Amino acid sequence: MAARTPGLSTADIVKESLAGKRHTVGGMAFEAGLLVALLIALGVLVTLLADMLARGWGVLTGRGLDFVTSPLSLTPETAGVWQSIVGSVMLTAFVAIVSFPIGIGAAVYLEEYAPDNRFTRLVNTNIRNLAGVPSIVYGILGLTIFVRFVDAVGAGGGTVGKNILAGGLTMAALVLPIMIITASEALRAVPDSIREAGFGVGATRWEVIRSHVLPYAAPGILTGTILTLARAFGETAPLLLVGAVTGFFSSGNASLWERTTGPYTALPVTIFSWTRQPDSDFRALTAAAIVVLLVVLFLANGTAILLRNRYERKW
Amino acid sequence: MEGAGRPTRPLHPSRPLESDWMTTEPLTLDLSGPVPRLRRERRVRRVFWIAALVSVLISLLIVGSLVGEAWNFIRTIPLASLFDIGWFPRRGLFDLRTVIVGTMLIAGIAMLIATPLGLGAAIYLSEYATPRARRILKPMLEILAGIPSVVLGYFALTWISPNLVQKISSAGVFSMAAAGIGVGILVTPLIASVSEDAMRAVPSSLREASYGLGARKATTATRVVFPAAISGIAASLILGVSRAIGETMVVAMAAGAVGGSLFEMNVFEPGQTMTAAMTALAIGSDQVAGSGNAFQSLFFLGLLLFMITLVLNVASERFVRRVREKY
Repeated sequence: MAARTPGLSTADIVKESLAGKRHTVGGMAFEAGLLVALLIALGVLVTLLADMLARGWGVLTGRGLDFVTSPLSLTPETAGVWQSIVGSVMLTAFVAIVSFPIGIGAAVYLEEYAPDNRFTRLVNTNIRNLAGVPSIVYGILGLTIFVRFVDAVGAGGGTVGKNILAGGLTMAALVLPIMIITASEALRAVPDSIREAGFGVGATRWEVIRSHVLPYAAPGILTGTILTLARAFGETAPLLLVGAVTGFFSSGNASLWERTTGPYTALPVTIFSWTRQPDSDFRALTAAAIVVLLVVLFLANGTAILLRNRYERKW
Repeated sequence: MEGAGRPTRPLHPSRPLESDWMTTEPLTLDLSGPVPRLRRERRVRRVFWIAALVSVLISLLIVGSLVGEAWNFIRTIPLASLFDIGWFPRRGLFDLRTVIVGTMLIAGIAMLIATPLGLGAAIYLSEYATPRARRILKPMLEILAGIPSVVLGYFALTWISPNLVQKISSAGVFSMAAAGIGVGILVTPLIASVSEDAMRAVPSSLREASYGLGARKATTATRVVFPAAISGIAASLILGVSRAIGETMVVAMAAGAVGGSLFEMNVFEPGQTMTAAMTALAIGSDQVAGSGNAFQSLFFLGLLLFMITLVLNVASERFVRRVREKY
C-alpha cells in the first residue's frame, strides 16, 4: 500500500490513488482486444471489397459498359449481366408495389388502431417470427403457392408460373415482416402530442394519421423501405426455388409482358450460377458482377442514409 | 379509440346552457360529425386491419405448404432411409445425421468466429468508443451487415478457402470450415448490433455507481454492464445461431457436396447442410428435380429448418423482452 511509503503526504497518496492507476496494463489490453475484434470485422469488409475489385477490375475496365449491357452467354468473352440487371430491377419494383402498401397498412393498423388484446399480440409475435424464418423457406412457399397461383390466373406464360410475378410475390412475402417492423418504428417515433393536438381540434383518427402522423413518419418509412428493398435486391436463395434461371436464356426484344411472364434471372442468381461454372474465366466475370451488385446496393444504402440525415428530426 | 365520439346524451340547443353548468352531470357533446365521415373512418380501419392480417395469412401458407408434402414424404419412404450412410436423395438415402451434423458443425464454426468478434465489437462500441469513432465505425458494421450472402459465398470460396483454410489444413477448395467462417462473418454484425443495443440500454447510473466505488473501466464493462445486459446478449447469440442455421448461399457455394454427401465429421472435408441440400434439390443439380420422393425431401428439410429456427427465434424473443422489461 502506498500509505506506508515514507516521505509522502496524505494528500499525495490520495491524489495518486485517484489519478495514478487509471491505465493499468490489463485494462489497456482489454480495450485493445475489443478494438482488434472490431477491426478484424471491418478488415474483412475491406479485404472483401478490395478482393472483388481486384478480381473484377480487368473485366470492368476492359469491357466497360459492354459487360453491363451484354446478355448472358456461355462464352465468358461476351457474357454480360444485362438480363440479370433488368430481372433484378423488375423484381424489386414488383416487390415494392406489393409489399409497400401492405407493409405500411399493417404497420398503421398495429401502431395506430390496434387495441392491446390477444389478437394484436399474436399478430406482432407472428411478424417478428416471420422476420426470422430462413429465406429459403419462403422459396418453398413461393414454389407451392405463388407459382401455382400465377399459373392458375393465366399469367404463367411459357414458364408454368416460374416467372417474375411468382418470384416477386415470394420476395414480397419475404420482406413484408421487415417492412412492417421498420414502418412501425417510424410511426412510433412520432410523438403522441402530435396525435392529441389533431384529436383536440376534432379530427378523426384517419384524418390525424393521413395529414400528421404519416407525413412526419415518411422519412423514416422511406429509409426503411429503401434498406428493405436493397435486401430483396441481394437475396438469392428463394429465387432458386421459384425458378430463376441459373443457365442462360434469350430475351431478344421481348415485350414487357413477355419479360414479366417469361423466364427470368436476377443479378445474385447469376453470380451464384457463374461461380459454379467450371471455366475459370468466369471467376473474373463473377467478381465483376459482384462489383455491379455492390455498387447498386451502396447507392441504395447511401440514399437511405442521406435521407435519414436530411429529414430526421429530434422531438 | 373506437366509439369514443359516440353520444351518450344528445345536446339540446334549446336548453339554456346555464342549467348544464349548474349540474354536476357531465356535459357530452357529439363532435363526431356527419355520418359519412364516420363510415369512412370505419372503412379505413377495415382496410388496415386486412393489411395486418396478410402477415398471419403468410404464416399459415408457409406452414401449410411445408406440412402436407413433408407428411407425404415421411409416409412414402422407408423410415430406415432416414438413418443411412449419407444424404443422397437420388439414391433414396436420406440420412438425417449427415445434414443435421453438417448444419451444426458449420453453425458451430460460425459462432466460434462471430461470438468473440461480435461481442468484442459491441462492448467496444458501447463502452469505449468516442461518439466520433462510433459515428464512423457503426455504419461500417452496417455495411458489412448489408453484404448479400451470395457475395460472401464467393468470398468464402475464392479467398477464405485458399488463404485461410488451405493454409492450416489439407482441405480441398470446398470445406465446411471455409463455409463456416463465411457464415461467421455474416453473423458477426447481427450479434454486434443486437448486443450493443442491449448494453446501451443499461442505464448509465449503474456505470456511474460502479465508477463511484472506484471500479476501472474494464471492470465496469465486464462485471456491471455485461451482466446487466446478459439477456440481450444471450438473445443476440441465439439469433446468431438461428441465422447461421438458416443461411443458404454461403453454404451452398463453399461447403461443396452439392449432389449429396457421406456422413462427415471432419470440418476440413466437404459437407452437407439442410439449406444446401434444399438448394441442390431446387436447382436440380443432382438431377432429381420432379422425381418423386427425392424432391419431396425438400419440403421435409424445409419443415425441419422452419421448426428449429422458430424455436430459436421464440427463445431469443423471450430474452429480449426480459431486457425491455427491466429497463
